[in-house]
Amino acid sequence: MSDKRAKDRLDGPRDPDLLERITDRNPSRLGVGRAGSRPRTDTLLEFRADHGIARDAVLTNVDEGFIEETGLVKIGTLIEDTEEYLARPDRGREISAETAEYLREHCEEGPEVQLVVADGLSSSAVEANVPDLLPILLDGLADRDLRVGTPVFVEYGRVDVMDAIGEELDADCCVILIGERPGLASAESLSAYLVYGPERGGPTAKKSVISNIHQGGLPPVEAGAQLVDLIAEMCERERSGIDLREDDREFVTD
Amino acid sequence: MATISRREGEFDSLRALLAKANERKTGDELAGIAADSDAERVAAKKALSRVTLRELRENPVVPYQEDEVTRVIQDAVREPIYERIKEWSVAELREFLVDSSTTDREIRAIREGLTSEMIAAVAKLMSNMDLALVSSRMTITARCNTTIGEPGTLSFRLQPNDPADDVENVLDSTREGLSYGTGDAVIGINPVVDSAENTAAILEATHGFIEEWAVPTQNCCLSHVTTQMEAIREGAPADMVFQSLAGTEAGNEEFGIDVSLLDEADELARRRCSSSGPNVWYFETGQGAELSGDAHEGVDQLTLESRCYGLAKRYDPFLLNTVVGFIGPEYLYDGRQVIRAGLEDVFMGKLHGIPMGIDACYTNHMEADQNDIETLAITLAAAGSNYFITVPMGDDVMLNYQSNSYHDAATLRELFGREPIEPFGEWLREMGITENGRLTERAGDPTVFA
Repeated sequence: MSDKRAKDRLDGPRDPDLLERITDRNPSRLGVGRAGSRPRTDTLLEFRADHGIARDAVLTNVDEGFIEETGLVKIGTLIEDTEEYLARPDRGREISAETAEYLREHCEEGPEVQLVVADGLSSSAVEANVPDLLPILLDGLADRDLRVGTPVFVEYGRVDVMDAIGEELDADCCVILIGERPGLASAESLSAYLVYGPERGGPTAKKSVISNIHQGGLPPVEAGAQLVDLIAEMCERERSGIDLREDDREFVTD
Repeated sequence: MATISRREGEFDSLRALLAKANERKTGDELAGIAADSDAERVAAKKALSRVTLRELRENPVVPYQEDEVTRVIQDAVREPIYERIKEWSVAELREFLVDSSTTDREIRAIREGLTSEMIAAVAKLMSNMDLALVSSRMTITARCNTTIGEPGTLSFRLQPNDPADDVENVLDSTREGLSYGTGDAVIGINPVVDSAENTAAILEATHGFIEEWAVPTQNCCLSHVTTQMEAIREGAPADMVFQSLAGTEAGNEEFGIDVSLLDEADELARRRCSSSGPNVWYFETGQGAELSGDAHEGVDQLTLESRCYGLAKRYDPFLLNTVVGFIGPEYLYDGRQVIRAGLEDVFMGKLHGIPMGIDACYTNHMEADQNDIETLAITLAAAGSNYFITVPMGDDVMLNYQSNSYHDAATLRELFGREPIEPFGEWLREMGITENGRLTERAGDPTVFA
């Protein structure tokens, strides 16, 4: 990231104070200077380092030990490796008949809330945020007297795999915590998608979303509290996504 | 199509044949229409090479009655020119284009007889070097406040996006970009918040800066076209209007547009844009957009991309660039597929007569890195792309993807001995940013504009 070090790389700016003000407030990589028409070596390597971190977040899987410690039941989708995962989103939305059977054997059926964790496009996002987020969700939902099923981890999952899992376990409401596509600024951003009445092929507009969950964005502890409120509302009003928001507008005009 | 099945047996429609004749792309595989093997891919190319332009005209990939993009393309064909070339095979069209004695003027002379399907078909038969050679031969200029695409020039969009739409940050990034000599194509901002108020604020700020420093260029705020129309009606200074396009009616519906809306925006832009020139549109496209909206109608992503240009042509744009690596690995998997698509897009756009540029870019879930898009930029500068996109150090912190850097603008000009658009180049010299075509001591310092 551009930081205090960056402006030292621009030799003899016309207005050093102004340059400092610019680089302090601007999130872009400004005031980095140049070597001829090319970037300075440090600037170049810093950029490559940030890209390396983002690539690792995409290409590495969530640690097995992490999944066990967190007490998640692990399943997979139809995807076999990272290469296929990136090229075939359709196969990352579906689970096999055997996996469905396994789910029903190992998880509580018919819960009010089914929680799912997926690596998505960033394993780092899961490992960085789920340890703080999950306990808050579980405690908060228990406080609201909502019956939460057995939390599941799905490897190589896309957002819509929540529909298949929710449908197989006959959940009223399904929530997936999934790693977002990493940017260079942060590889640890997580999103939560929520749906009431999960069904395969259901409209995208029925899903609610809270995104940008990470320490530098919406911190996981705060996100947990927001999610508990949203899930409770969804369960009470038996709707989600655009239906929930359109309803709000009616409520306001009343 | 009957003729194809009689001749080739295994390809049951021209649409299927076109799809299978593509170079390998994950998007066509995802759609389930790609060749099953390299052998089948080449067999399809061979079959396609013998198809005539007439067969392609008579069999648009989406029926005329069902799709207004097809109607726009078909109705724009200049019939006497088409009559003259309609019995050419696609192979003959390729050999005409690559022939060393074929001039830009001769290509112009057949252009209006071509449909987007014909242009897509010939691209499928061409190698990467074929595409670069023919693209470089075509000069396509357009004028907003300044004229882009003149021989010997190379232009850049300055893209000072900010994750909070903070106009001070946008202007500081603009200062930095200008100090590297980028921004002669446009100073164009993708806003986070798609509102008329925000669009107007960004337009006012950039317009004010351009006036204050007398920068010979143009501004644009890339919100939805309806949002820009609202801002323009309320008096916001937009030098041009922007919209993303798709190659099918259903795809455009996903984008919330249709031809009648674009016509209305066109009329408004011509009356109310703050620029002086006749070309007042900026379009962006990209292979895979239709499939991602489930609006591909069984057609391959290359042919659909070509149809975007057929639609764009109706509005004589100042700028059109493919955002080639933005859509993700499920459409273009890696650097190799992105480079191929970039070459195809610029070639197809220019053969339509469009002043093409390219956003040579990638996302972090693609098998690509900055080296791949630097290679793509070098390749497409050689191929005569009018312009490229530039962001600070190649990192767009709002859209979360990487493109060319402000530095790359200066390097590409240095590498190819190209100049900015004339009055912009003169302005850079007056500002002391360049001298004899190279950056001076003052360059790279945003505080020179304070």
